[in-house]
Amino acid sequence: MHELAITEQIAEIAIRHGEQNHASKITDLYLVMGELSTVVDESVQFYWDIVTSDTICEGAKLHFKRVPALLHCLDCGKQYQLVDGELQPCPHCQSSKMEIVQGREFHLESINIV
Amino acid sequence: MTRKVTIEENIQSANDQLAAENQQRLDQAGLFSINIMASPGAGKTTLIENTLAKLIPSYAVAAIDGDIATSIDADRAAEAGATAVQINTGGQCHIDAHMLQTALRKLDLENFDLLLVENVGNLICPSSFKLGTDTNVLIASIPEGDDKPYKYPSMYQDVDALIINKIDLLPYIDFDMEYFQQGVQMLNPDLTTFTVSCKTGEGINSWIDWLIRGINEKKSH
Repeated sequence: MHELAITEQIAEIAIRHGEQNHASKITDLYLVMGELSTVVDESVQFYWDIVTSDTICEGAKLHFKRVPALLHCLDCGKQYQLVDGELQPCPHCQSSKMEIVQGREFHLESINIV
Repeated sequence: MTRKVTIEENIQSANDQLAAENQQRLDQAGLFSINIMASPGAGKTTLIENTLAKLIPSYAVAAIDGDIATSIDADRAAEAGATAVQINTGGQCHIDAHMLQTALRKLDLENFDLLLVENVGNLICPSSFKLGTDTNVLIASIPEGDDKPYKYPSMYQDVDALIINKIDLLPYIDFDMEYFQQGVQMLNPDLTTFTVSCKTGEGINSWIDWLIRGINEKKSH
């Protein structure tokens, strides 16, 4: 349930950049979200209308780009992906030592303004 | 006409900025600080009480307790000898860097050796909000089950130390330690781990030694 705080932060960043660019309105937000980031996009969408009413973001559309998780095996050095969103040992050498290379991102990539 | 503006800004940047300020403030004071996270009932407050019993009066300890409501935890920490500040998050499921900053202002940080921040009981949200403490510690307790690292990976990934609490209950509960540890290993290889029982006191001393090392290292910087 931290999506309300997250949604407020998204709006704050978008409005700040919108104002810097003299926008009268923000029409679209492009968000990048890793498979392992702990944010539920449906909840962000749910709070979005409430958080942005009477701001230049009102009515703006949220676009979520999902980035799949990528793991790097610390023993054999090969990279692999999650199966069904679950962490598991390396499929090449069965080692359970790994690091996450990609999949935890959560940032606002760009906005469209008028 | 519609125009595209490239931003590339991390959603948590505002919180991260405040966390960096907290870190700076704590560094200036030479105060070793710990963010303690766990699910409700894992034993956060009891561990703090046990820790205070060992450290006070040799060390001055401050405790900041985050809860949705009540001051039960801060009262318990104060009773055990800490200078305690309660944060009521007003429904929010975690402490954020701003809340911690407000609480830090209520303490003369230079007067303490150790700061224990007790986060809101929750295995998901606190991992997304950096606070600026030196270390993040997770308490896992035996009755929660051995599958928790698999179900809450982000929490296990980001911590610097893990305390496995309530090991006195191992004979009564189906908890496969090997399976649990394998999950931890996958997410956070070489994580510093303490197996303790706050009930019997087993294992507490190595946790205390680790804290004292942290306090001394922070002071010598």
